[in-house]
Amino acid sequence: MLEIKNLHARIAEDGTEIIRGLNLTVKAGEIAAIMGPNGSGKSTLSYILSGREDYEVTEGDILYNGESILDLDPAERASKGIFLAFQYPVEIPGVATMQFLKVAMNEQRKARGEPELTTPDFIRRVKEAAGELKIDMDMLKRPLNVGFSGGEKKRAEILQMALLEPQLCILDETDSGLDIDALKVVADGVNALKSPDRAVIVITHYQRLLDYIVPDTVHVLYKGQVIRSGDKELALELEAKGYSDIIGEAA
Amino acid sequence: MNIQTTNRLTAAETALVEAYTAQVGELPGNGAVIGARDRLLDDLRKAGLPTRRIESWHYTDLKTLLRAIPAGEQAPVIEKIAALVEGSKVLSVRQGDADAKAAVDGIEVTTFKDALAEGTAAAGLTALDKDDAIGRINGSFVRDGFAIAIPAGTELEEPLELQVLHGAGQIHTRFPAIFGAGSKATVIERHRSVEEEGAFVSSVSELTLEDGAEITWIILQEQGASDTHLGQVRVKLGSEAKLRLFVVNVGGKLVRQELRIDVEGEGADLTLRGVNLLGAETHTDVTLVLGHNVPHTTSTETFRNVVFDRARGAFQGMIRVAPDAQKTDAKMACNTLLLSDEGEFSAKPELEIFADDVICGHGATVTDIDRNHLYYMMARGVPEAKARAMLVNAFVAEIIEELEEEKLVEALEGVISHWLERHV
Repeated sequence: MLEIKNLHARIAEDGTEIIRGLNLTVKAGEIAAIMGPNGSGKSTLSYILSGREDYEVTEGDILYNGESILDLDPAERASKGIFLAFQYPVEIPGVATMQFLKVAMNEQRKARGEPELTTPDFIRRVKEAAGELKIDMDMLKRPLNVGFSGGEKKRAEILQMALLEPQLCILDETDSGLDIDALKVVADGVNALKSPDRAVIVITHYQRLLDYIVPDTVHVLYKGQVIRSGDKELALELEAKGYSDIIGEAA
Repeated sequence: MNIQTTNRLTAAETALVEAYTAQVGELPGNGAVIGARDRLLDDLRKAGLPTRRIESWHYTDLKTLLRAIPAGEQAPVIEKIAALVEGSKVLSVRQGDADAKAAVDGIEVTTFKDALAEGTAAAGLTALDKDDAIGRINGSFVRDGFAIAIPAGTELEEPLELQVLHGAGQIHTRFPAIFGAGSKATVIERHRSVEEEGAFVSSVSELTLEDGAEITWIILQEQGASDTHLGQVRVKLGSEAKLRLFVVNVGGKLVRQELRIDVEGEGADLTLRGVNLLGAETHTDVTLVLGHNVPHTTSTETFRNVVFDRARGAFQGMIRVAPDAQKTDAKMACNTLLLSDEGEFSAKPELEIFADDVICGHGATVTDIDRNHLYYMMARGVPEAKARAMLVNAFVAEIIEELEEEKLVEALEGVISHWLERHV
């Protein structure tokens, strides 16, 4: 589903290279964890996959379902089924959450040539998904993410993911700032989306989230490259020994 | 050859003087009114239209900007339009003439033409200061409008709409409104052009809120693309009176909205909000002079401006706190989304504080659309143009939503989205 080939990328503004020859393949149905110390390029990778214009790809390619997505803007990538759950979802005053959800769902449908949702159908879907994530409907009447607690913001991200039904889900440090109960709710939400034709990339610092979202593959990112790949045992090894051994081997 | 050495009049100034002369004996008013008109016109002729050298007109050089006064030889036929908010009581003024049969249960309504003829209007035909060009123009030429009085304790269930419609020509209206003690009402003052041809409009509203009155007054300026609109609101707030004054500018070629507000009773509160949507080659100026004249009064002023194309806008906000007006709490903000390299917005907040125990603040920002917001929305599949439109809308909708009454918010948001659809 996703094939990243020898990817090099830098910050557009100052030219700092962050991703330095990264290779990664994620198959449909797979849950892939990306781990690594601070500053290794994990969040940057997620932004680049989503099409954020602050980063420039200088070499290599990103193939999604066999096609390069480098020329697509974030909205086009989203309507092709790529979803990034943000580490820090932005607050957008004046845009009601419900209105935003409806526009996002319908714009994606329009882009794919599908009919728009009727209002009752839309509300039914939101109610159902919100219920499973223990999100109060009153919260969705508020402006998008404004005044939401850290946990509420993360749940709102997963709600969007559930409603938009993406093929490739990227979770950027979704566990940060969550207490254990909120973590379970979020993990259940992600696990519920697991399916043979959907892939999930979980970016995290810690093993903790991987107790609840069990990965098929684990990749260690360091200085903009994948320096080691393995199965879920690798995550446990990292938890026990830290990153220094692996970094030492790679260096 | 006739050489003038002093006060050479511009074309617009000459046209104003000639228009006045042409209407002698025709403009309504008793002796006192005619006397007041003559004095105002004479002052206008002597001072001329204000230039940028006059501080309060620094950003709007009326002498240069006002090129001509449209003649409007033929009065167009104008049909009433649907009220902005369904169920409103409508008082209509068409081509400067108020509907003489208009009546609304529970409130006193007279046409301003009658008030002029009887002379009760004479006292109000004044300039507020030596640079008050709008007071002079309107006082000289005003023909009609409505004088309304809401008796003490009266609560109007439905909004009252002052529907001021016009085509080409010169339109000068006035709306004195007295809100009795403890009365509650929502008034929508709506100025709208129904033709493409240019009009020259002046309108003065005089709001007196007696003790404890709670009033929402909305000015919706939807003038045509070649119209000049000179508006002025004169406000006096009594003790414990609460005024929510919203000014929405979504039209006009040359617009000046003056807000002259005196907070004169303890415990009074002013909520002033403004939305200015500026596009094409237009000029829009909102000038506030707010006096906190007694102790223990509060106010907040927030303006949101969106600038497209080659539009120019200005906000001048003067807050004066009188020497004994202790415990005044005033907070002013002017936020602008500048969406065009050729657009321009000037903000000049001014505080004159003569009391020592007050809280007064002001802030002005000029920004583009927040790129993080845009990226977030696009990352959810919202195409860029749509995301931009939603963000611009959100920027101003925040202000409109403060009105809280659902029907009113919906109606104004409708006006705003309609404008944005043509500009984003």
